[in-house]
Amino acid sequence: MNKVGSFIGRYQLSHFIILALLIFVVMPLALDSFRLNMVGKYLTYAFVALGLVLCWGYGGILSLGQGVFFGIGGYCMAMFLKLEASSPENTAIQSTPGIPDFMDWNQLTELPWFWVPFQSFTFTIFAILILPAAFAFIIAVAMFKRRVGGVYFAIITQAIAAILTILIIGQQGYTGGVNGITDLRTLHGWDIRTDEAKTILYFVNGLLLFGCLFVARYIIKSKLGRLLVAMREREDRVRFSGYDVSAFKIFIFCAAATISAIGGAMFTLQVGFMSPTFVGTGPSIEMVIFCALGGRLAILGAVYGALVVNWAKTSFSESFPELWLFAMGALFIGVVMAFPNGLAGLYQTYIAPWLQKYVPEKFHWIITNRNPEESGAEIAVAGETASEDEKKSKAGELSHAGN
Amino acid sequence: MLETNKHIGPKDFVLSIEGLTVSFDGFKAVNDLSLYVEEQEIRVIIGPNGAGKTTVLDLICGRTKATEGSIKFKGKELTKMNEHQIVHAGVGRKFQNPSIYEDLTVFENLELSFPRGRNVWGALTFRRDKEVIDKVQEVADMIFLGDKLDMPADLLSHGQKQWLEIGMLLIQDPELLMLDEPVAGMSVSERKQTAELLNRITKDRSVLVIEHDMQFVADIAHRVTVLHQGQVLSEGSMERVQNDPKVIEVYLGH
Amino acid sequence: MFADYSMAELTSIFAMQGFAGLILFSVFVLMALGLAIIFGQMGVINMAHGEFMILGAYVTYLTSNVFSAYLPESIYGSYFFIAMILAFFITGALGALVEWSIIRHLYKRPLDTLLATWGLSLIMQQIYRSVFGAREVGVTLPDWLMGSYAITDMIEVPINGIFVMVLTIVITIAVALMMQRSRLGKQTRAVVQNRPMAAAVGINTEKVDRLTFALGCGIAGIAGSAFTMIGSTGPTAGQLYIVDTFLVVVFGGASSLIGTVASAFTISQAQSTMEFFLSGSMAKVLTLLTVVIILMLRPEGLFSLKMRR
Repeated sequence: MNKVGSFIGRYQLSHFIILALLIFVVMPLALDSFRLNMVGKYLTYAFVALGLVLCWGYGGILSLGQGVFFGIGGYCMAMFLKLEASSPENTAIQSTPGIPDFMDWNQLTELPWFWVPFQSFTFTIFAILILPAAFAFIIAVAMFKRRVGGVYFAIITQAIAAILTILIIGQQGYTGGVNGITDLRTLHGWDIRTDEAKTILYFVNGLLLFGCLFVARYIIKSKLGRLLVAMREREDRVRFSGYDVSAFKIFIFCAAATISAIGGAMFTLQVGFMSPTFVGTGPSIEMVIFCALGGRLAILGAVYGALVVNWAKTSFSESFPELWLFAMGALFIGVVMAFPNGLAGLYQTYIAPWLQKYVPEKFHWIITNRNPEESGAEIAVAGETASEDEKKSKAGELSHAGN
Repeated sequence: MLETNKHIGPKDFVLSIEGLTVSFDGFKAVNDLSLYVEEQEIRVIIGPNGAGKTTVLDLICGRTKATEGSIKFKGKELTKMNEHQIVHAGVGRKFQNPSIYEDLTVFENLELSFPRGRNVWGALTFRRDKEVIDKVQEVADMIFLGDKLDMPADLLSHGQKQWLEIGMLLIQDPELLMLDEPVAGMSVSERKQTAELLNRITKDRSVLVIEHDMQFVADIAHRVTVLHQGQVLSEGSMERVQNDPKVIEVYLGH
Repeated sequence: MFADYSMAELTSIFAMQGFAGLILFSVFVLMALGLAIIFGQMGVINMAHGEFMILGAYVTYLTSNVFSAYLPESIYGSYFFIAMILAFFITGALGALVEWSIIRHLYKRPLDTLLATWGLSLIMQQIYRSVFGAREVGVTLPDWLMGSYAITDMIEVPINGIFVMVLTIVITIAVALMMQRSRLGKQTRAVVQNRPMAAAVGINTEKVDRLTFALGCGIAGIAGSAFTMIGSTGPTAGQLYIVDTFLVVVFGGASSLIGTVASAFTISQAQSTMEFFLSGSMAKVLTLLTVVIILMLRPEGLFSLKMRR
């Protein structure tokens, strides 16, 4: 626990480096501009998955409405870009020049009040960071102060995602409706549609993702992270050790919301539009599987989970679209039942020990996750879940045989 | 009320419970209960199953909300406070079954109970400095776990888990310590050690203990309160309580 | 805004709107009943509930096809009752299979159950799409369900709507009686209240779990069967109502059937009445939002006194 070690354990550092190499060196070298942009899009989902690792994996709070926050970030950015793209010169042919095209189509004659501040880039950035946290705060205070959690929270967040989607689609004149906000062109005059711009945005996205990973890493390695772990097991004990349990849950949910919103904003920038298809209940629950596949307690796993699922989704929809839902459904069931710790769990249980056999001992620090200096709450929790599941499934088999 | 306060004001009593009632769907688990605990007193609550012993502790620490009555701790009304505020006021509570963080090590269990960085910002910026390490070591030595700091808590024996939870309370240095069956499931030698531990740690605080083991009660209690059907049946020294015909009736009459 | 209408017109508009609300109410009740049993009694969230309902609808569709293709026309009018029974047993059997293969391993992890059943719902949707095609299918209503019944000159109610409502009432009463009186109902409630004790007195709790889950799914199958009377069926139709249904169950307090019915009534009436004043989507947004806000302020639901977490 000293110097760098206290911030990122040396052993974890190796995993960060491998991921950084993958994102910043291997991908840009191996992929053409189109595919790289696609990976960039996948990586924006990694923000959401990372948020879910914090609030679901550590906090035990499953939100089925993370698309809401992704959407808020994405829409804020899209509103700013749309206003820039809707200059009076660009929209001269409209009956009301200077407002976004879809508003003109819906007979609006002036910019709605809530669009006005998005003419400022500073306000937009502010809104992307604050708005989702504020919204999450309201939800979280209402729920956690009353000690509501678990499936109730999941259902309520899912309903909120559904409500927001219906609202966006219904209020076409103000939101662009089901098509979303499209035809985004420039950021402060810089054309974001060129290959060069997309490559730069890819790197910006990667850097922001690493920023968020470090923040998440700091949170889970702080006392707050251990408290979250403790809270999932013994909420009452934490409460009677003098902690306001709800405050910690509110914090972690807001943090997850903000991280998701950053991803949403980067999505809009890289993909060039934002629509309600990324907000609703379907996409929101899909985002949970990115996190679950990566390993619900693994912050780096969230990135791999988002990459793998989305890459698979693209490949499937290119070649066997009808099989994709089967694969996705099987993934949900399989991960939950067989690998509750996801890829990270698989790596720790099978791959790391196997690699250790073939790699000289002095390089073992690259492979293993275990840091002897640290207490390894993460590992202990992962181990706990796995062994519990084993016990349970064994018990299940036995009792079934007994019937 | 003023009249009463002259005699039993907050000065003399750390904890004064008056007219405490809680009803669950009409069933009064605690019924018009009054109880006063003095400074540095070890008070043991005994009574048959369902007498409302654990409910009284739940009420004091805020886990259950009272229907009526008042609980004053050093002059502060606890019934209007949240659980964590009650802890901050200086009340610590051990649960009946050892309630520790089994995923974490002994050190971390104690560290999480260390009374610093209790809000979000404090927890984010909490540093494991010398003060924390020294205090954890001191408490760990006191609870006979000084050499097991790095052990995951789920590997401890049942008795050691009980001690660890007591240690988690000690590190908060509460003025009122509430223990729900601290020696349940312990071996004879562990019981002795626990009695010794309790006698040592109660020097500068008041303790409220629920216990069934009469030998243990006799070892530690200054005074004993017998609860029956949510009310005080008898109160006084162990000897007096044991010879109270009402108590004998309740314990043997059933 | 009422100035343009005469009193008689207003009355009939409200009556028709109220009737539309009653049909929505029937759909909610039928879907929520099964869910309320599974969630309320077992604490399990079945995200594939909508797909079980759709299975019932497809079973009904197939039965009607078999009747019209192979059986004399004179008995076509009775296909629906056969279909409903088939739907109940087929979805119930599938429910038991799902409970055995997935749910029972996850009783201690309710959030994971939610994810696993979501996966199941995706698979079921794709199966429907592969087998029945992506397009919606409908059944030919028997003659006696066609047409409408005129209460006054201006108020007409469709007969299929009345039929679905009557069916809803019958099924609700049957389920309530079953939970109150039958052996399974008593055992289920015993298991919910105290599992170890129920096991100790000789109740096979695993079997009770399986039957309860199967029963909930079977009721969803009946709901789907009834659904074909008033609408067409597509592979993703189950997703359409799932959020509303969950809100109905939670709003009703999760544990009581009366609460579920009352909450279905409130939500459906609120929504259909607001639809008169606002666009359909805004009516839904306002209704759901109100429900969510009430649930945030009163998490135990509107009609339940006991707190469940």
